[in-house]
Amino acid sequence: MSGAQGRGQVNIVITGVGGQGNVTAGIIMGEAARLAGLNAVMSEIHGLAQRGGVVSVDFRIGDVYGPIIPEGRVDLVLGFEILEAYRALDRAGPSTTVITSSERITPSSVNVGDAKYPDLEELGAKVASRGIRFYAINAPAIALAAGSALSSNMVMVGAAYGAGFLPVGIDDIRNAIKLHLRETLWETNMRAVEMGADEIRRMMGRVR
Amino acid sequence: MNAGENETLFLLGNEAIARGLLEAGVGFAATYPGTPSSEVGEVLNDVAGDAGMYFEFSVNEKVALEGAAAASMSGVRSFAFMKHVGLNVASDAFISLGYTGVRAGLVVMSADDPSMYSSQNEQDNRHYAELAWVPLVEPSNPQEAKDFLTWAFDLSERRGTPVLFRTTTRVSHMRGIVRAGPRKPANSRGSFRRDPWHLSLLPAVARRLKEDLVKRYGDLKLEAESSPLNRVIGRGSEIGAITSSAAYNSLMDALPHIGIDVDVLKLGMSYPFPQGLVGSFLRDHGTVLIVEELDPFLETKVRALAQMSGLGVRILGKMDGHFPSSYEYTPDVVRRSIADALGLPRGDIPLVEIGAELPPRPPVMCSGCPHRATFYAVALALRQLKLRSVVFANDIGCYGMGFYKPFEMDDVTLCMGSSIGTANGFSQVTDQQVVAFIGDSTFFHAGLPGLVNAVHNNRRLLLVIMDNSTTAMTGFEPPPSVSYEAGNRAATPISIENVVRAMGVNYVKVVDPYDLRGTLSAVKEALTSDGVSVVIARRECALLRDAELRRKGEPIPVYEVEQDKCAGCLNCVEDFSCPSFYTNDEGLVEIDANLCDGCGVCTQRLVCPPAAIVKSDGEVKGA
Repeated sequence: MSGAQGRGQVNIVITGVGGQGNVTAGIIMGEAARLAGLNAVMSEIHGLAQRGGVVSVDFRIGDVYGPIIPEGRVDLVLGFEILEAYRALDRAGPSTTVITSSERITPSSVNVGDAKYPDLEELGAKVASRGIRFYAINAPAIALAAGSALSSNMVMVGAAYGAGFLPVGIDDIRNAIKLHLRETLWETNMRAVEMGADEIRRMMGRVR
Repeated sequence: MNAGENETLFLLGNEAIARGLLEAGVGFAATYPGTPSSEVGEVLNDVAGDAGMYFEFSVNEKVALEGAAAASMSGVRSFAFMKHVGLNVASDAFISLGYTGVRAGLVVMSADDPSMYSSQNEQDNRHYAELAWVPLVEPSNPQEAKDFLTWAFDLSERRGTPVLFRTTTRVSHMRGIVRAGPRKPANSRGSFRRDPWHLSLLPAVARRLKEDLVKRYGDLKLEAESSPLNRVIGRGSEIGAITSSAAYNSLMDALPHIGIDVDVLKLGMSYPFPQGLVGSFLRDHGTVLIVEELDPFLETKVRALAQMSGLGVRILGKMDGHFPSSYEYTPDVVRRSIADALGLPRGDIPLVEIGAELPPRPPVMCSGCPHRATFYAVALALRQLKLRSVVFANDIGCYGMGFYKPFEMDDVTLCMGSSIGTANGFSQVTDQQVVAFIGDSTFFHAGLPGLVNAVHNNRRLLLVIMDNSTTAMTGFEPPPSVSYEAGNRAATPISIENVVRAMGVNYVKVVDPYDLRGTLSAVKEALTSDGVSVVIARRECALLRDAELRRKGEPIPVYEVEQDKCAGCLNCVEDFSCPSFYTNDEGLVEIDANLCDGCGVCTQRLVCPPAAIVKSDGEVKGA
């Protein structure tokens, strides 16, 4: 298997806000890896941490033991909320790529006046100056076009796949969706995966 | 959970444990929910009935364990599971069960929480095994969690002892690939045979049984020496490492980045401590690292063994300052500790530092949460009565988020039920107004004795029982006040107000927190009453209600701000602090339709004086 850093492993941080479905996204990705005959592990944080707080999942494929990705060895930050994608960069290394939904969810600390929402253009410039590859895609709009606003998380799974970070076949992802979602949701979610993959390929200038 | 033998699954550690219970033919399981153990119950809630297993959400961990113990005494394999601090509650029964021993297998699971992701402390519950003289089993990943569990049941029966099965957050909440084993039919019916000289711990009985316990401990030592759960990985290095649990994963993930060869002794049955096995590992290595999270549980035993055996091996651990005693061991913590201990370069990768202050995102009470309305009404009541010197004794549950701005109504929280317990003391030694908050589930779990004590001793305090008809924080398990139990079977609801009145509380009022005016007036009355006053703020958890509406296919209404009426006071954003509210780029208050839960509490004039918040015509969240 070719990991993004050629170490026989792929390390992805899936980050977002409680309720965005990033744990489900990780399960679909892991199930697809299992179906492709690969080892996969992930960590989930439950309980107090999920009520509107940050939900960050470490997801790993390959020859690994535990779910915690070592510092600097994150291949991909898969962001479901743009501020959280920036926050996850404190674990990123020189070869990290960021693919994030452009969705914004204002944290309560900003609402109650304890903190300010950062200037995203300024942040983007800082990230660019560090040589990080950073792609923001409008996942909610793509999800809506795929048939359901609730399928944003599958748009992001598709983006991770389309950008080459999931060493599995598209059928493995399709079968994983069938194993974990109700039949009425299969079509929209598979379409969301494909549209997410197409979008990131377009942005990266990759030919299908 | 119905997977056939040898099928692979992508399972959470806790799901693998539930599968292990099916493979072990367990007939009785009980818990009080607590993160990181809760998902075991989530699965059993769905599958226990079909599997022929009895499963319940008990009122607390002590009752769960006592029920499991009785099942075991009656010949039914049984399992009690809880978070680490839950074992404190169950410890009275747990320690005694070492003396009585067991008939059918009895395994007690403690899910520890290094780094305190959702707990009040990070106590290391391996000590409970030593305290109770019972064996300790520590898996490292979901596959081991399942396999070690069935082994633990066999050990329990073979040696007639309860077994402590200890996971951590990173084991219980690690998802990985698990190969299923064969399922055993569950036997949930048994029959009790009298044996008071082994089961009734009068001093005369207990005194005799202690000798048996010590003798059984000797047998268990032999089990640990030959247990397949303990194994050595690698051969021939001068350097060795002894490890267990999640620390094993981090050690194995760190070693390739340190660039040295290390033999690893992985302990899955770590107590009784396998002295022979460890002794020969120490003899084979010049340097041995002890890589274990939290307390130096293994390290003290390794060092004692080396001293007793006169071994000159160099041992590096926490006691000589090489490894930390706090927080979980990530691969980076292990890598840096080992590199420093051995004088090797750390090999840190330079991180991307973008040098930006990002706003924190603490957990919040959800949109529509009835607790927010209750806190808001209590804050108003205190302001209107000009009560400024107030002690807020809070408790374990979602309402603990009253800690944060804008409410800041959590001055003291120790443990389950401590709101009422500490309120007893504050009201005795201070002249300050004491307000205690507790949830319905926590009230039944550990709040009842505190309230008895408060009434009996003529305290003056206000207790607000936040009754949302569920145990929301851990996954919506039923408390004793509702009419259903695990697996949706019918249960007898226990009325909180009847219990409180029966204790002799004079002022008892049940209010709907969505009715701010009514709640405000009850809280004010309670605050001006003598003695112990109880306000029961009853309204179903918003998430539970949403799930119910979705099931029925009914829409959730959404509210919006009429900009021409809005006075811009920001009361809704800053004081009521519902996360659906935000100020847009022009400084106008808006409601995020995706977050709004349609509770409508914000439309009341106590939140929005000009009544600028109205139900939206167009946007109704569909099913």
